[in-house]
Amino acid sequence: MTDATHKPFVRTQMLQPSAPPLREAGVVRWLRENLFSSWFNTILTLAGVAVIWLLVSSALPWWLNGVWTAGSLSECREIIAASAGEGASGACWAVVNERWNQFIFGFYPVGLWWRPTLAFALLFAAMGPVLFAGQKRAMLILLGSVAALVLVLVTLAASAVPNEVAKVTDAPFVWKLALALALLTLGAMIVLTVMGSGKLLWFTGLYPALCFWLLWGGPIWVPVGALFGFVLLAGVYAALVKRAGPGLAAGLGLIVALVWWLFLDVPVTVALNEAIPFGLTAVQSDQFGGFLLAITIGVTAITFSLPIGILLALGRQSDMLIVKTLCVGFIEFIRGVPLITLLFTASLLLQYFLPPGTNFDIILRVIILVTLFAAAYLAEVIRGGLAALPRGQYEAADALGLDYWQAQRFIILPQALKVSIPAIVSTFIGLFKDTTLVAFVGLMDPLKGVTQIVRADINWKGIYWEPYIFVGAIFFVICFGMSRYSMYLERKLKTDHR
Amino acid sequence: MAEAQKMQISDEVAIRIAGMNKWYGQFHVLRDIDMTVNRGERIVICGPSGSGKSTLIRCINRLEEHQQGQIVVDGTELTSDLKNIDKVRSEVGMVFQHFNLFPHLTILENCTLAPIWVRKVPKREAEETAMHFLQKVKIPEQAHKYPGQLSGGQQQRVAIARSLCMKPRIMLFDEPTSALDPEMIKEVLDTMIALAEEGMTMLCVTHEMGFAQAVANRVIFMDQGQIVEQNEPREFFNNPRSDRTKLFLSQILGH
Ligand SMILES: Nc1ncnc2c1ncn2[C@@H]1O[C@H](COP(=O)(O)OP(=O)(O)O)[C@@H](O)[C@H]1O
Ligand SMILES: [Mg+2]
Repeated sequence: MTDATHKPFVRTQMLQPSAPPLREAGVVRWLRENLFSSWFNTILTLAGVAVIWLLVSSALPWWLNGVWTAGSLSECREIIAASAGEGASGACWAVVNERWNQFIFGFYPVGLWWRPTLAFALLFAAMGPVLFAGQKRAMLILLGSVAALVLVLVTLAASAVPNEVAKVTDAPFVWKLALALALLTLGAMIVLTVMGSGKLLWFTGLYPALCFWLLWGGPIWVPVGALFGFVLLAGVYAALVKRAGPGLAAGLGLIVALVWWLFLDVPVTVALNEAIPFGLTAVQSDQFGGFLLAITIGVTAITFSLPIGILLALGRQSDMLIVKTLCVGFIEFIRGVPLITLLFTASLLLQYFLPPGTNFDIILRVIILVTLFAAAYLAEVIRGGLAALPRGQYEAADALGLDYWQAQRFIILPQALKVSIPAIVSTFIGLFKDTTLVAFVGLMDPLKGVTQIVRADINWKGIYWEPYIFVGAIFFVICFGMSRYSMYLERKLKTDHR
Repeated sequence: MAEAQKMQISDEVAIRIAGMNKWYGQFHVLRDIDMTVNRGERIVICGPSGSGKSTLIRCINRLEEHQQGQIVVDGTELTSDLKNIDKVRSEVGMVFQHFNLFPHLTILENCTLAPIWVRKVPKREAEETAMHFLQKVKIPEQAHKYPGQLSGGQQQRVAIARSLCMKPRIMLFDEPTSALDPEMIKEVLDTMIALAEEGMTMLCVTHEMGFAQAVANRVIFMDQGQIVEQNEPREFFNNPRSDRTKLFLSQILGH
């Protein structure tokens, strides 16, 4: 076919590629593929757009016309009418601006705000060693931020200019001393982190007592006495574990500690306080409210429900009939009864079981009940995780000679808890939101309790959405934070490489 | 085989099982098992599926409980006494069909966990021992990986190393190669052969008849919960006595 006279035309240069037709590129293509790929999809898209348009067009002015500074609802309305015209709707955030302190602290004495603030900031330092175990960099960032937070927030809270004159307050130097001590502690923790020491967990262990003391005040001997019970427990355990084995030693230690807490603790601390009176101004439980209350109940219940839930789950799998029956009975009873019922009966029942004469704090009662409630749910969640483990893991642990508790601690629980993380965190989130139910036993939760008080104020009568949106937003931030942390944890613990 | 003869067997009894019976509910799994294993013996147990081979060797470290008869391991009788069970388990290593490594721990942690917590060996020393045995099974470079990152053959070698780190006097293997791809079987068998050459007392449930011929000094054939026949390998394969053995051998060897 080669013909010298007939030269075929051969292009020597490539043409520039021309842009693809509009329908095949960029936004148009994306729209076509994702929103208008079929007539059904098209209808859905149009309906969706219509709904969004309706929602936005009715709510947007309300958000845009929001007023942040005003003394009352009627003043708010006047401002909105003046700026956006007669009949325009608008949010009155001024109520949040004026009453945020009640949403946060309830009726906690203004002069003492720095104490819950400090306790809150230190909470993160206490959680750090648990949440970011072995993560030097994350820990340093966390501790640094907590130190900055402590410095700024505590100073702000301590110098908050009270509307009413602060009647209840500590000596003026106390908060400065506390601030200095807190910063010193944080500094020491940073040094320990840099050295890679595991001693940080001591702070985590001491924190509950410290937090209790900061929140409720009173003689320092009360938290010291409570801690001493744990010292007794540990002492008895250490003394007997060699001879009697871990189970018996822990049991005896617990008995000794209980005897201390129930019968000796109070007289001894009273005597000590008379000899060396030292403490913070006491705050009564009915002054707690708002997020201070929700977080106190939530964090305590979360902390204690996990270990109790683990023990219940293990008990439910136990070969020992009595242990198993007790655990099953407890779990099924608690899960079968609404939390509110428990909260109502708690006050009566717990009072009934305790030695006469002890005045059992209402918040403590609620915390115990919420803890047990969450523990029952956690037990079932963790049982699911335990069931998901192949039998081979138990057998390998047995074959290596690990005893029951060693196998649980090193092999079974780490894996069972890991698969249960999403469900555990869900339970925690549910628990935290359930703290609003304490409104039913007369406590001032942020959602119903505080909002009701605010709305009863003559200035803010008739306000509806704003306080609920504010409270809801804070709940969302906290719960979303927990959810993100659980995802981070899952990623960090992912070692199966499947 | 010449080599197998060289490996010495002592007169000392490592495991003695006498008149042992086991039931799962109504089901009689093991019937009148009598056997004695001397120190240094390398025993291969074979038999059709469901004949009770796994159950038998799992009784030796009390992963399964027997209801009748006596099992004495290294002079310790297995009863419901937890102390005895712990003692036996720390003397007896076990390798499983499905490896059963701990997926949330690194290879090194898998190997050091039990020595540290059961044998109370200092961490540093446990790690040195672990590296020694990982070297022996030829995967020291994987020490800081997780089990999920290793091939099946490598995982099974880690499982062997993990058992060895407890310095056991007896090793039990329950079909260690039957979950492996063919090309990985050899690396695991090589490891086991090396172990046998060092004089380890081994009980091995396997259908690798080549392994049995090369390493075992005795082959035990089980069927329906009973020990039907036992003999030294050459006799066992060349002159099986019972019909059931003949049938079984023809099924696994005769293609
Ligand atoms: N946990 C158990 N419960 C009831 N029966 C079992 C159990 N484990 C094994 N068996 C039965 O015992 C018999 C022996 O099992 P096994 O020792 O695993 O056999 P092999 O290892 O020789 O294949 C089989 O019939 C099996 O179905
Ligand atoms: Mg088997």
